[in-house]
Amino acid sequence: MGLFDALRGRTPQVAPNLDALFGISTGALTLESQLDLISSGQAGLCFKSGSGASEKDNDQSITDILSVDAASGHVSLTTDDLGFTWVVITDADVSSLATRLHGANATLSDHGYGPRLLCAAFGFLPKVAPGEGEVHMIYLFKRGTWYPFAAQSDQRRNNELELRVRSFVGDDLPMEKDLSRWMALWNLPVA
Amino acid sequence: MAHQHGFETDKGLSRRMFMTGLAMVALYVVVFGILASLGISMVMIVIFEFAFLFGQYFYSDKIAMFSMQAREVTPEEAPQLHAMVDRLCALGDMPKPRVGIARSDVPNAFATGRNPKASVVCVTEGIMKRLDDEQLEAVLAHELSHVAHRDVAIMTIASSLGMLAGIISRMAMWGAMFSGGGNDRDNNGSNLFLLEIATFVISIAVYVVSFLLTMSLSRYRELAADRSGAILIGKPSVLASALVKISGDMAKIPNNDLRKTEGMNAFFFAPAFSKGSAASLLSTHPSLQQRLDQLARLEKEMNA
Repeated sequence: MGLFDALRGRTPQVAPNLDALFGISTGALTLESQLDLISSGQAGLCFKSGSGASEKDNDQSITDILSVDAASGHVSLTTDDLGFTWVVITDADVSSLATRLHGANATLSDHGYGPRLLCAAFGFLPKVAPGEGEVHMIYLFKRGTWYPFAAQSDQRRNNELELRVRSFVGDDLPMEKDLSRWMALWNLPVA
Repeated sequence: MAHQHGFETDKGLSRRMFMTGLAMVALYVVVFGILASLGISMVMIVIFEFAFLFGQYFYSDKIAMFSMQAREVTPEEAPQLHAMVDRLCALGDMPKPRVGIARSDVPNAFATGRNPKASVVCVTEGIMKRLDDEQLEAVLAHELSHVAHRDVAIMTIASSLGMLAGIISRMAMWGAMFSGGGNDRDNNGSNLFLLEIATFVISIAVYVVSFLLTMSLSRYRELAADRSGAILIGKPSVLASALVKISGDMAKIPNNDLRKTEGMNAFFFAPAFSKGSAASLLSTHPSLQQRLDQLARLEKEMNA
C-alpha cells in the first residue's frame, strides 16, 4: 500500500497468491526426515463467507462449486466457532492434497471468493505418538508465505518446535519472516 | 520515572519510545524557554520541574499500572501468582508488594513503586501463557530484585540529575549572554539571536547526553536484577531459559487467533508500513546475549 493510499484512507484488496503452495510436498519430506512428522492426510481451506439473505444458501453453492470432489467424499464443509468456513480435504498423499486444495482455491477465486480467502492449513502428526505433538503448516494466501502452528493444550503454543520447523523447512517453503504474523489458529477443524 | 521492565520484544517500539523520550526532552526545553521569556522567574521554573518529577516518582506505581492497563489482583483471583510472590519475598526477606496482571498478549513484566512497601509487581497475560511455573518464578525474582534495589528511586534521581545538568547549562549560557551583551547595543540584535540558538543547541545536547547515560545506567540495573534474581532462586539457567522464551524470536509469535483481532489485517489489506530497527545504545535493556552470558557465568560460579 502506498503512502497516497494511506493518506486517502483507502486500502486496496490484495489478490491471493495461489502459487508457492506446492512447496508443501517437498516440505512434507523434510518434516518427515528431520522431525519425524507425517501428514495427517487432511488439509483445510479457510475463508470468510458473506452475510445477508443472498448468502443464505452459501454452503450449498460452495458445495456446488466444488461438486467434483464433494461426490468422492474427499471434501467436507465446516463452519468454525468464529464464523469462518472451512473446506476440509482428505487425501493420504500430500501432493494430491495440495493439488486438490489448489483446485478448490482456484474455483473459489473464480467465483469471487479470492479476497476472502484467509489461509490454508495442512495437518502433520508425529510418526510415533505422542512425540512432540501435532503441527499445522499454515499458508497465508495474501502474503504467499508459510508458518508452523503447534498447538498445545490450554491455548499454549510449542514455540520451540515451531522455530525448529522453520529452520528445517525454510529452504523448501517461503516462510513468513515477520514472526508477529504467525497468528494462532485455535481449535482447527483440520486433523 | 516509572521503572518499567520490558523484556525487549519490539525494536520498532523501542525506537518509538526513544523518539518519544527525545521529543519529551525537546518539549521540556521549549516550554522552559517560553516560560523564561514570559518573565517567570528561573526559581519558579526549577521548582515546577522538580515538582513534576517528584509526582512521577511518587505515583510511579499508579502511572505504570495505568499505562499498561493493568489491574491489581487479590490472592483469591490469582492464587498461584500470589503464592509465588509470597515465597520469593520470604526468601528475599522483603515486604510483599501488590500484585497485578495486565491484559496484553505481549510477554512482559514490570515492577515499580517508590519504595519496597509501596511497590507493585505486574505480569502480562502473555507471559503467564508462555512460561512454565519455574520460569515465571525466575522472572518474578528478577522483578522483585528491582524493587529491592530501589531502582525506581535510582532511575528518578538519575534522570533528575540529567535535567539539572540541562538547566545549569542554560543558566550558564544566559549568564554569558547578559554579561557579554550589555555595552554594545548596535551588534546586540544578531549576537543575541546567535546566543539564543547556541543556548538551545547546548541545552538539547546536554539533555541527550544525560538521556544516553540514563539508558546505560538502566541497562546496568537490569544486569544487576538478573544477577540477584538468579541467586534468589538459585537457578540462573531457569532465568536464562525464561529470557530466551520472552525476549527472543519466540516473544514475537502471537497467541492471538488469526481469525480474530488482527485477522482483518492479515485478510484484506497489505501492511501499511514496514518496521525499522533501533540501536542498542538507546536501549533500556542489555542485549539478550549479554544477559545470557552473565547468567551462564553465574551458573558456573554457583556450581564450582
